[in-house]
Amino acid sequence: MTAHAHIRTPLARVRGRGAAKSGTGHFWYQRVTAIANIPLTGAAVIILITLLGRNQAAVAQILGSPVIAIIMLLFIASITIHMRIGMAVVIEDYVHDETAKIAALMANTFFAIIVALAAAFGILKLSFGL
Amino acid sequence: MVQFTLPKNSKITEGKTWPHPAKAKTEREYRIYRWNPDDRANPRIDTYYVDTGDCGPMILDGLIWIKNTVDPTLTFRRSCREGICGSCAMNIDGTNTLACTKAMSEVKGTVRIYPLPHMPVVKDLVPDLTNFYAQHASIEPWLQTVSPTPQKEWKQSHDDRLKLDGLYECILCACCSTSCPSYWWNSDRYLGPAALLQAQRWIVDSRDEKTGERLDNLEDPFRLYRCHTIMNCAKACPKHLNPAKAIAEIKRALVERQV
Repeated sequence: MTAHAHIRTPLARVRGRGAAKSGTGHFWYQRVTAIANIPLTGAAVIILITLLGRNQAAVAQILGSPVIAIIMLLFIASITIHMRIGMAVVIEDYVHDETAKIAALMANTFFAIIVALAAAFGILKLSFGL
Repeated sequence: MVQFTLPKNSKITEGKTWPHPAKAKTEREYRIYRWNPDDRANPRIDTYYVDTGDCGPMILDGLIWIKNTVDPTLTFRRSCREGICGSCAMNIDGTNTLACTKAMSEVKGTVRIYPLPHMPVVKDLVPDLTNFYAQHASIEPWLQTVSPTPQKEWKQSHDDRLKLDGLYECILCACCSTSCPSYWWNSDRYLGPAALLQAQRWIVDSRDEKTGERLDNLEDPFRLYRCHTIMNCAKACPKHLNPAKAIAEIKRALVERQV
């Protein structure tokens, strides 16, 4: 504990740099995406089951339906936002080294964006029949 | 990373087994955590046999009996012996509770007693609560107003007074905060269930005029949002309060003021 290497009152340590005045946004979006994930995950699982065993042309045809493509894109958006916030909370809980924490939070954000864009690109490519 | 195992100098060793009491008709085995900062040794578990015919029925009665008749060096806090001062909070049979309101009959077999978890130990069963008290002070637990002080009292309706029930009864024993895994990992930045329950006690007080400032001071990823609704706090509370519910209400107030 490096904090004990400095002479500060206990209250000064607790008050620290004050409240960040944030966190409610993440809390709220975690719940909004959790609720969105319920129907979207169900729909995505049903769509994926119908795609099983079909060839590329048939998959492209099914994903060519705007409704199905949009459901899949919404599913990807909701689940990756939820994943990013959830993983960030785990990192903040357990990684205490500041440098490692910031690196892990950055990697987490990059990973979520890459997964989201790769999935969205694949869906759009098939949907437009390219 | 968070340290999941005890540091080397905190690993517990087997301690002394004290003799059975002479002439005891009924006795109870106590296994108690001992650590003395002066002897430079690791903590140990001592075994005592309490003559239950010679002391009261509560866990604390057994501890006092040990201190009076067997081992005067056994160190623990106690005062009111009726669950209102919060001094004798300790980990008994795996749960944080008050030694004075927990009966020996509620524990099966050996009575195992440790200090409150994940706190610096001063000696034996006495934890250092400095940070815990500073966190309570940081939420400014007193009535704050802007309006001129009235000639008589600050008035409160009966309905508004009822909103403080389940909050004002907290005795700051620290059973809840020290049972919370989030508090174990992040007590330097997370205020913990006890301080947050007290914060909610002043946030919902209809007479207080600093509600917004109080919420501002809690709106923080660590101070408040380390609570992941684990609910150990509500399970541990010897006064049967629900800090998790109070924290959820703070979060709701923060969402409602911006959505």
